[in-house]
Amino acid sequence: MHTLVQALKWLVDGSHWSGFDGIPVRTLEHVEISVAAVAIAAAVAIPLGLFIGHTRRFQFLAVSVANVGRSIPSFGILSIAYVIVLKVAPGFAFGFVPTVTALVLLGIPPILTNTYVGVQNVDADTVEAARGMGMSERQVLLGLEVPMATRLMMAGIRTSSVTVVATATLSALIGGGTLGRYIVDGFAQSDNPKLVAGSILVAVLAILTELILGRVDRVLAPRTASRGAWARRRLGRQAA
Amino acid sequence: MNGLVAAPPTSWEWIWDHRDTIGQLFVQHVQLTAIAVAIGLAISIPLSLLAYRYGVTYAPITWFTGLLYTIPSLALFAALTPFTGLSVKTAEIGLVSYTLLILVRNIVVGLRSVPDDVKEAARGMGYTRRQLLWRVEFPLAMPAIAAGIRVATVSTIGLITVAALIGKGGLGQLIVEGLRILYPTEILTGALASLVFALAADALLLWAERALTPWTRVRVRAFVPPRPVGR
Repeated sequence: MHTLVQALKWLVDGSHWSGFDGIPVRTLEHVEISVAAVAIAAAVAIPLGLFIGHTRRFQFLAVSVANVGRSIPSFGILSIAYVIVLKVAPGFAFGFVPTVTALVLLGIPPILTNTYVGVQNVDADTVEAARGMGMSERQVLLGLEVPMATRLMMAGIRTSSVTVVATATLSALIGGGTLGRYIVDGFAQSDNPKLVAGSILVAVLAILTELILGRVDRVLAPRTASRGAWARRRLGRQAA
Repeated sequence: MNGLVAAPPTSWEWIWDHRDTIGQLFVQHVQLTAIAVAIGLAISIPLSLLAYRYGVTYAPITWFTGLLYTIPSLALFAALTPFTGLSVKTAEIGLVSYTLLILVRNIVVGLRSVPDDVKEAARGMGYTRRQLLWRVEFPLAMPAIAAGIRVATVSTIGLITVAALIGKGGLGQLIVEGLRILYPTEILTGALASLVFALAADALLLWAERALTPWTRVRVRAFVPPRPVGR
């Protein structure tokens, strides 16, 4: 318990809240890296998932990405990205570039899987009816499939974000910033209060990510539900 | 960059020269995985039964196991070291924590999916509650439970590499060592061996599941879509 009390004291110590190694700077680094990674992952995974779900082509690709994605050791891919960047562009090797590269690869599978499954799950009869009413492929995708897949897509982005925030911590092991810095440094310096305080900060950030995105999901939910209902009304039939 | 290593041997040579070490680390990796999943199951089964019998307990149980699941692995391993040291115990506390949410959710979903008619018929045949559970409900829930065990195993194998920070990382030890001396071959060996082990374990468990639940073989589908993730 002694260590825990010291860790809490470390957290409220004013000197740990300023400077380049201060909690605000490290938190910002952590959030920046995570936001960049999730944004790039979504920019790649959502269009790809929509394409596979809508056309039903290359489905094996979505399945393989889902299976292999789960098996990749996050620490391994981060280290490989680090070594590659170190070889190709040594100036960028510390922190941001290799971390974001690895995090994008880890962030893609959940978003891709959920987007694809979400689109694919839209009732086939409903899609057929929409086509029968003269909606173009573009209208079917944007007006029907995307709104109905939004909830699952959001769940994918949430899962992806929590994974990314958690893994961004490991960036400190390859010389990057982020809140993981306190854990790795605390470890190297045998500074237990710093180590535990860093762990608390990282855990709080991950839990906050989960909670905030859960809230966003609930705010979006009624709108998408009514849009789904709107689509069904417009098509005059009940989707499964 | 290899200049830091005295006369770096070519990669295949390095792997061959260190085959004993790699083998030992692989065995450690397998042991850590087996212990984590076994303890995870030993905790999850009673928890799931509780959540299944008394529906009100499901939300708090998934809330708590979800909380554990959200804590980043490096943070959990690190935070435990002042209390349990650089030990297998520290690694296992973390690893077991991460299996709970996956296992509980799958076991409960499996048990809930057993059709009421089947349970009714078993009761009509005079099965006691215990017999119903072990002879009807658990066997019929097996596909979902097995899926949970597979996901838990695969994610545990990946997480163990992070436990290299506390010296109990199995093949992850190679990654840490490779990073320290900046030797790509060693990093790649650790990462790829862990990936291959995860894929092999997944395939092996799938095979075991099929062998143990012959009645599910009737429903052969050419294409099984992946399941969506998230809560």
